Amino acid sequence: MKIKVAFQSALESLITNPLRSFLTMLGIMIGVASVMAMMAISEGAAQQVDAQISALGANNLTIRPGADRRGGRSSGAASATPFTDKIVERLKQESFAVAVSATNRGSVTVVSGQQNWQTSLYGVNTDYFITQAWQTTEGRLFDEGEEKSGRAYAVIGQTIADTLFEGTNPIGQRIRVNNVPLEVIGILEKKGQSNFGGDRDDIILIPISTARNRILGADPTTGKHVSTMEVSVTDNYDMALVQSQIEDILRDLRRISPGDADDFRVFNIADFIRARSSTQATFGILLAFTAAVSLIVGGVGVMNIMLVSVTERTREIGLRMALGARKADILGQFLIEAIALCFLGGLIGSVLGIGAAKLAANLGDFPVNVSMSIALIALGASVAVGLFFGYFPARRAAKLNPIEALRHD
Amino acid sequence: MPDLAHKKKPIIQCRNVTKTYVVGDHEVHALRGVDIDFYAGEMTAIMGPSGSGKSTLMNLIGALDTPTSGSLLINGEELSALSSDQLADIRNETIGFVFQQFNLLGRASALTNVKLPLRYSRKHITDIHDRAEECLKMVGLGERMDHKPMQLSGGQQQRVAIARALACSPAVILADEPTGALDTKTSIEIMELLVNLGKQGITVILVTHEQDVADYAHRQLRFRDGQLVSDERRSS
Ligand SMILES: Nc1ncnc2c1ncn2[C@@H]1O[C@H](COP(=O)(O)OP(=O)(O)OP(=O)(O)O)[C@@H](O)[C@H]1O
Ligand SMILES: [Mg+2]
Repeated sequence: MKIKVAFQSALESLITNPLRSFLTMLGIMIGVASVMAMMAISEGAAQQVDAQISALGANNLTIRPGADRRGGRSSGAASATPFTDKIVERLKQESFAVAVSATNRGSVTVVSGQQNWQTSLYGVNTDYFITQAWQTTEGRLFDEGEEKSGRAYAVIGQTIADTLFEGTNPIGQRIRVNNVPLEVIGILEKKGQSNFGGDRDDIILIPISTARNRILGADPTTGKHVSTMEVSVTDNYDMALVQSQIEDILRDLRRISPGDADDFRVFNIADFIRARSSTQATFGILLAFTAAVSLIVGGVGVMNIMLVSVTERTREIGLRMALGARKADILGQFLIEAIALCFLGGLIGSVLGIGAAKLAANLGDFPVNVSMSIALIALGASVAVGLFFGYFPARRAAKLNPIEALRHD
Repeated sequence: MPDLAHKKKPIIQCRNVTKTYVVGDHEVHALRGVDIDFYAGEMTAIMGPSGSGKSTLMNLIGALDTPTSGSLLINGEELSALSSDQLADIRNETIGFVFQQFNLLGRASALTNVKLPLRYSRKHITDIHDRAEECLKMVGLGERMDHKPMQLSGGQQQRVAIARALACSPAVILADEPTGALDTKTSIEIMELLVNLGKQGITVILVTHEQDVADYAHRQLRFRDGQLVSDERRSS
């Protein structure tokens, strides 16, 4: 086959018949556009999940008091025996623990001048800054000494800073939390929305001892209670193994007899997000599959129109044969026509699909991720579709008998 | 020259050629044992009533179709021994076809139409464009190269077809009723063009129903019912 001639003939015939060319590639165009749009959207979602997990710390285990919730029965965390500073210190000794945070959380009203605001107050130890990867944009965090001695310091989230201080510098200013005066020593860097929809910057962090002693109150039985712990686990530890180790330690410390159920739960929030996102991923795969089917339908469309076109152009094929075209020349021409149409359809489809995804992203406010490799794969797939579905009509053209083709009407 | 022509080695030989078409459950004997030699440089006209097998013979000579029995030789080569690629090459290099209905690509320019056989040539023609232009000038269409067939008269379209037939410098031009779709005046122009090609040494074989067209040829063959009934050479 003379490749150059096949190209020349194929392109000439595509250009001289633009309507037929357009109709032929329409199916592929739509197929590729939907593949691209679906992929961009599901890739964007996957990327968002990854970002959420890494923001949370993929290596974090969260520990809460209360029995596991099963079958709809809830033995509310509030009623369960909380943890204590002692347990936190015990866990810190383990080699798998990078940091063990202690948190007591409460809803409070915060007042500054004329402004007041409902927010979440977290009494935390300094390890909380590590497990949650908090940093300040202005001012500073409190240190361990300040935490232990129960200083009246507050580190506030960006939302609080914006709402209460509107432009003035909050550092060194006083706020009143449930009527307790605190000094703002730092502003946390912005984290944005959480994966459960909350505003993560709507937060006040204070030393846990201050929270217990002055704002949230202490547990009468244990005194230095801790309602939530979070363990940052050293890289390369098996999370499941660490989880069961923690369970053993806690059962021991909380004197749970063998055979009795745990009165606490250890869980990996990243697992929740992954589980949630895996349903999204399944949905994404389903969409991609639908898109792939439409690509194949597009391919069948190409085949149909090519077959019609071969019949319609039988005389032309006979003429080319009479002028000296070999079977392979005819095969090549029609194959290249099919491939070129699918390639072009794929190219236009990619652009349309990416455009559609971006438009959807703007309207629906969700992330999309257009990766070059997916565009290349989509193009490759359309070329493959062209080759596959173009072969049958092309072979049919090449197999025509010259004289019968020439006499065809 | 015509008198001596048949003494030379024939360029095309037909040996007891038959062609039978099977239509439904009966057979049509389009050719019933034809023996003819065609000589290089001799212009031959084939005549005969409709259905006598003229076109069938042309298609066999042009390596477009295969005989039911008998043998066909072009330049001494037995066609039945050749592969489909080799037959394609013979159609490309040795034969130039001129059809009654012109058979041009309707959406392509005159120039592109003439380029077609050049592109399929295995002879590595370096300047296809120049050669195509040259051929169009030879048939007097130097000014109309970019015209589409629709923009040309019937006679001009047939000239394009002749230019296309000439493009690969064939030894033989096969013209099946080349003037069949043209008026008398245009027919004369086309015939003069073909006679000219004959003078340049090309073997022109044409089918016609008109005696005055046939009179341009050195040799006249008559067919009836698939058989050759007369074979006359002009002595002038
Ligand atoms: N493809 C075919 N199938 C069946 N019969 C055919 C076919 N081609 C030709 N014939 C028959 O063969 C015979 C010879 O046909 P051919 O076309 O060679 O005649 P012709 O001499 O060229 O006639 P005309 O002057 O009308 O062109 C006719 O009877 C015709 O019907
Ligand atoms: Mg005929």
